[in-house]
Amino acid sequence: MELQSSQSDEVLAKIERSRQARRHKFYLRDEHVTLSHGSGGKATHNLIEGIFAPAFANVVLDRMEDAAQLTLGGLRLAFTTDSYVVNPLFFAGGDIGQLAVHGTINDLAMAGADPLYLSVGMILEEGFPMESLRRIVTSMAQAARDAGVLIVTGDTKVVQRGKADGIFINTAGVGTVRAAAELGQTQVRTGDRVLLSGAVGDHGVAIMLAREELDIETDVQSDSAPLHTLVASLLDNVGGAIHCFRDPTRGGIATALNEIALSAELSIALDEQAIPVHAGVRGACEILGLDPLTIANEGKLLAIVAPEAEQQALKVMRAHPLGKEAMVIGTVQAEPAGMVFLRTDIGGTRVLDMLVGDPLPRIC
Amino acid sequence: MKYVDEYRDSNLASRIASEIARLSDGRQLKFMEVCGGHTHTIYKHGIEDILPPNIDLIHGPGCPVCVLPMGRVDDAIAIAHTDNVIFTTFGDMMRVPGSHGSLLDAKAEGADVRFVYSPLDALKLARQYPERQVVFFAIGFETTAPSTAVTLLRARAEKVKNFSIFCNHVTIIPAIKAILDSPDLRLDGFVGPGHVTMVIGLRPYTFIAQQHRKPIVVAGFEPLDIIQSVHMLVQQISSGRSEVENQYVRVVRPEGNVKALEAMAMTMELRPFFEWRGLGFITQSALKLRPEFAEWDAELRFEVPGLRVADPKACQCGEVLKGVIKPWECKVFGTACTPETPIGTCMVSPEGACAAYFSYGRFSMASERSRLKIAPVVQTQGM
Repeated sequence: MELQSSQSDEVLAKIERSRQARRHKFYLRDEHVTLSHGSGGKATHNLIEGIFAPAFANVVLDRMEDAAQLTLGGLRLAFTTDSYVVNPLFFAGGDIGQLAVHGTINDLAMAGADPLYLSVGMILEEGFPMESLRRIVTSMAQAARDAGVLIVTGDTKVVQRGKADGIFINTAGVGTVRAAAELGQTQVRTGDRVLLSGAVGDHGVAIMLAREELDIETDVQSDSAPLHTLVASLLDNVGGAIHCFRDPTRGGIATALNEIALSAELSIALDEQAIPVHAGVRGACEILGLDPLTIANEGKLLAIVAPEAEQQALKVMRAHPLGKEAMVIGTVQAEPAGMVFLRTDIGGTRVLDMLVGDPLPRIC
Repeated sequence: MKYVDEYRDSNLASRIASEIARLSDGRQLKFMEVCGGHTHTIYKHGIEDILPPNIDLIHGPGCPVCVLPMGRVDDAIAIAHTDNVIFTTFGDMMRVPGSHGSLLDAKAEGADVRFVYSPLDALKLARQYPERQVVFFAIGFETTAPSTAVTLLRARAEKVKNFSIFCNHVTIIPAIKAILDSPDLRLDGFVGPGHVTMVIGLRPYTFIAQQHRKPIVVAGFEPLDIIQSVHMLVQQISSGRSEVENQYVRVVRPEGNVKALEAMAMTMELRPFFEWRGLGFITQSALKLRPEFAEWDAELRFEVPGLRVADPKACQCGEVLKGVIKPWECKVFGTACTPETPIGTCMVSPEGACAAYFSYGRFSMASERSRLKIAPVVQTQGM
């Protein structure tokens, strides 16, 4: 299907205009909040840009990174918050409590920070079994202890039966930013390499399979894990060569890389065959028609590194228990700006877009 | 991964592609893949990059979400808003726009809309909530109709009274007939729908080969399946044949699935006519529940507006579905109509030609491609 060249130019111009418009303006046309707005994909992006960002605008927020960067009395701090509404509460490889600790630690780690203190806010539904609460809290305490962070403040609210789904958890965290870290999506340069710390899609698929409606049996476990020691190891060994960290949670690596490409105004080219996916995840995705690249992870990171540090960074990652399956999955290019594309397994190419809609609501 | 990787061998793919190029010898050939599943595979794997440029794939009407007219979506939303109803549907119906919003909007407004993976899950919900009315929004070709049929038979056997089906099943053959009779289209052959054929068998396609003298090859859904089917089509053309051939022999039997057809015949019958989005009214092209199953027929149980709603003027889904225009030739493609804010159904379902083109399409970099080389990433160590 070759396009005539004049026609092709016209189409390209049209698409480019539309993409430009989407990049700078956000039309929030919806009259109600729908589940898509919580998916972490385009609708979430539109909601944030359409409502929250303009209302709260300030120099710190406007950087739109996983964690805010603050300087207090000469000390560089990272500060972040996240809420957890995952359903079911317990799943292969983890539970909502552990996830609430790891998720916030990871948001801090992505800013190049050593996580120190967390807060915990609990919203409990009347009738929630005390036994489950105990299990969740024990798991949170264990996760915090293992990661070396302290839970230092908290809050509890109980709502009437039917007004919440068992338990919702909010955590916030602060940490100190490592001196070497000059990280951010805008630090990404043409020629940089994209490294991925391990196989994608485990968390999202584990959650999906933990819901009872699908009778698929696999050995897939959530990858929920605190990434701060992997980050520290990378910063200690290849420090200045690292330009950006992202943990590809909701929306998967497709969404995370699109966000990087958009804010860096560069293009990212991926090699589909280099992206590790565990067999159980691939199988489940094939059956359900999902793309592992758009599925959530809770213990993986993307590192964008300078080309000369590629092999060293890969070595450091693979030496860490959470980075054994690390791979170089792509490169950063100048054109076409703001887009991610993929060399497919069969040798074709395609655009890899952000997740639209939500294949699996409430995964974290 | 076993049973998948074998069908995605890039060396084999380029070997077959060069054989296609040799056989077709630069002749412009237009093949329609009838099935939306094929469209999705073609874009997801970038198959058009591999095929020689003289082979043109036209994306046909085989995406059940895309051919559903707006009025039926409105009817579904009306049922979903009825008191005490749990309305169940496949995930990709959730965002399809009716004349006033989608099922996802209806859910946000308070309707109890849930997505399920199978009608049997909907029946399970009905047993779980005996005091509620559970409705299943049945859509799809002969691929999904058997599971609706089996669910109906089970509902009757188990005497589940609070369950009903809003039936929108359509049949593929009348749609192919309508396309072959359409004056504005010239096709050289068809890539036949694998899953539909698994149910209906090869015999119903005979008229395509014998009366219309077009070759058809029923294909599987992996990249190599499609490339091989195109090869088989080109072979037929170059030797002057027009036959019904089966590439998907590992799944499709010539006689189809007799049990599935029986279950459908027990529970459903042809409607005299049904509206297809973009194609208009086609006679005997859709199924409804047989009178014996009236008790489980949502159209009889609930008040539905049943209005015919004209498609948005700017939307050219119809022409896209018939293959008369390419997705990017539509006036609103990529501007007013995008996957986040779809106007036409072709942009909603991942199987829709427009959504596939928008998400996976290569044209946004078509002009870049000459200087844009994506080299495979070289690893120093194996995984």
